[in-house]
Amino acid sequence: MGKTLAEKVWDAHVVRRAEGEPDLLYIDLHLVHEVTSPQAFEGLRLAGRPVRRPDLTLATEDHNTPTLDIDKPIADLTSRTQIETLRRNCAEFGIRLHPLGDVEQGIVHVVGPQLGLTQPGLTVVCGDSHTSTHGAFGALAFGIGTSEVEHVLATQTLPLRPFKTMAINVEGQLRPGTSAKDIILAVIAKIGTGGGQGYVLEYRGEAIRSLSMEARMTICNMSIEAGARAGMIAPDETTFEYIKGRPHAPEGKEWDAALEDWKSLRTDDDAEFDAEVTIDAGALEPFVTWGTNPGQGLPLSAAVPDPDSFADESARAAARRALQYMDLEPGTPLRDIPVDTVFIGSCTNGRIEDLRAAAAVVKGRRKADGVRVLVVPGSHRVREQAEREGLDAIFTEFGAEWRHAGCSMCLGMNPDQLAPGERSASTSNRNFEGRQGKGGRTHLVSPLVAAATGVRGTLSSPADLEPATPTR
Amino acid sequence: MEKFIRHTGVGVPMRHSNVDTDQIIPAVYLKRVSRTGFEDALFAAWRNDESFILNQEPYRSGSVLVAGPDFGTGSSREHAVWALKDYGFKAVLSARFADIFRGNSGKQGLVTGQLAQDDIEQIWKVLENEPGTEVTVDLEQRQVRCADIVAPMEVDEYTRWRLMEGLDDIALTLRHTDDIDDFETSRPSHKPRTLV
Repeated sequence: MGKTLAEKVWDAHVVRRAEGEPDLLYIDLHLVHEVTSPQAFEGLRLAGRPVRRPDLTLATEDHNTPTLDIDKPIADLTSRTQIETLRRNCAEFGIRLHPLGDVEQGIVHVVGPQLGLTQPGLTVVCGDSHTSTHGAFGALAFGIGTSEVEHVLATQTLPLRPFKTMAINVEGQLRPGTSAKDIILAVIAKIGTGGGQGYVLEYRGEAIRSLSMEARMTICNMSIEAGARAGMIAPDETTFEYIKGRPHAPEGKEWDAALEDWKSLRTDDDAEFDAEVTIDAGALEPFVTWGTNPGQGLPLSAAVPDPDSFADESARAAARRALQYMDLEPGTPLRDIPVDTVFIGSCTNGRIEDLRAAAAVVKGRRKADGVRVLVVPGSHRVREQAEREGLDAIFTEFGAEWRHAGCSMCLGMNPDQLAPGERSASTSNRNFEGRQGKGGRTHLVSPLVAAATGVRGTLSSPADLEPATPTR
Repeated sequence: MEKFIRHTGVGVPMRHSNVDTDQIIPAVYLKRVSRTGFEDALFAAWRNDESFILNQEPYRSGSVLVAGPDFGTGSSREHAVWALKDYGFKAVLSARFADIFRGNSGKQGLVTGQLAQDDIEQIWKVLENEPGTEVTVDLEQRQVRCADIVAPMEVDEYTRWRLMEGLDDIALTLRHTDDIDDFETSRPSHKPRTLV
């Protein structure tokens, strides 16, 4: 019997296999940031252990970093301490770091692909659950905890039980006004936040093949929101084209050898998945969440659901609790929900194509009164590119704030937060209670919906907008 | 790491499903660079509510958390495990755990016992009707006992062995350094390096 893509990558990285023990898996690329690494480095120091492969390790500052006044010392002392701790640790252990202000700084999951470090067939880990992003290249990429960060730093391996595999077949083609974000929100709503537990998801089908690398990253990024530690897409010409010429892409004969390897990275025709799910991209509408977990989502044309409409008691209780926290009444059309803030950014939707899509919607318009719109590029390079294309001017004329790169309001570890009771339409990945600031309420949306919501002030899609009036 | 064979302590019934790690410990507490002292951060937002279970006696001093399905979803933050441990929890029982949380717990000696949802419901009833009832989490017998309930508990076999022996994962892997050295000699040269 043939193998799935995930099994091929797994099998190529087994350092040691023994009866009754997890496989010991080799890690090709270890990405590090300031939040989940300090205790791991401290562990190494206490045990007198070096970092085994600094040349397979890369660090960046993203979670805590401010998006304003980045040339000044970080005002929050605990944030500043954590950043300074990363700088000291990287210097001590010989790890390359892209600090705040550096041209390569940005969200770790935007930086890896941008540098060409993320490549097909690699094993990639990071102390961050959205490491699943890198699976878009056909890498086996997953988030790990701090103990595992220390383990990888010390040994460049991890003991792991094999995952099961699940095929997510996305058939048909997306319609105008919908995007990769709507695909993944629909997948999560279908299989639930626990549906992918224990699985690697492989996204397949016509709709996936048509997507750009950036859109594929959006999809793989949120695999963890369905409970799956990793999501993958088989590499193809789109993938190879994206990587070619990037700073860390192989060159010359190495490129040819790499390409030959990469082309074998697809699920064999006679391979079997442990589970399969199919959705029709052509039937999708813009998707938004109404609750406090990413599985609580519906098409924008729907209304806030009645908790009693759910089949099992646990879902009913979760929905009641979510509606109370979100301050929503059953039956309210989702389009009528007003927001205070629109956040465009994050490792899910902070890349250049996301900013282009949002800018195309808001061009020549003014934001709704009283709505704050924050645009935070995923990396410094993305910010530069957007400025070259004049997107920053489009956003600022719209009335949005144009910020520096980082995780920002996705998780509110820096000053970019919702105030208690405030409501956002956010292109990020989690609508958990308090995720974007204590008491804040989050609706997850695509960049297109975020932009249109900024125009109307209530959850909207571009199709809901009047034509823009030329301003000059 | 301390060995874990069995533990008996006050059970805390938490009827929430989908308890994500942002609830277990909000992001603002992740700025610390220490590995201890996270007890104040555990369920920080929920603890502002007087009716929250950990604000009530005798649950306040509980050490076995009995939670709804899909516990520990979301962020990979191991701080969630540290906060539970620092507060005094020795074990969490649920019908389903998120993968990363479960892995992190195993590294830190917090037992994550998977029980049938029916057994969880039975235990909730006992803990709510008789607050302060103790729950025994028996790793050796792969079993949870509470009043007259005896429930089978599913735990990863290798993790169980490691916890019962109190073994550190990194030290175990470093025994196989030769295998890692061998593997590295056969890695393709086109694989990327971060230092050039």
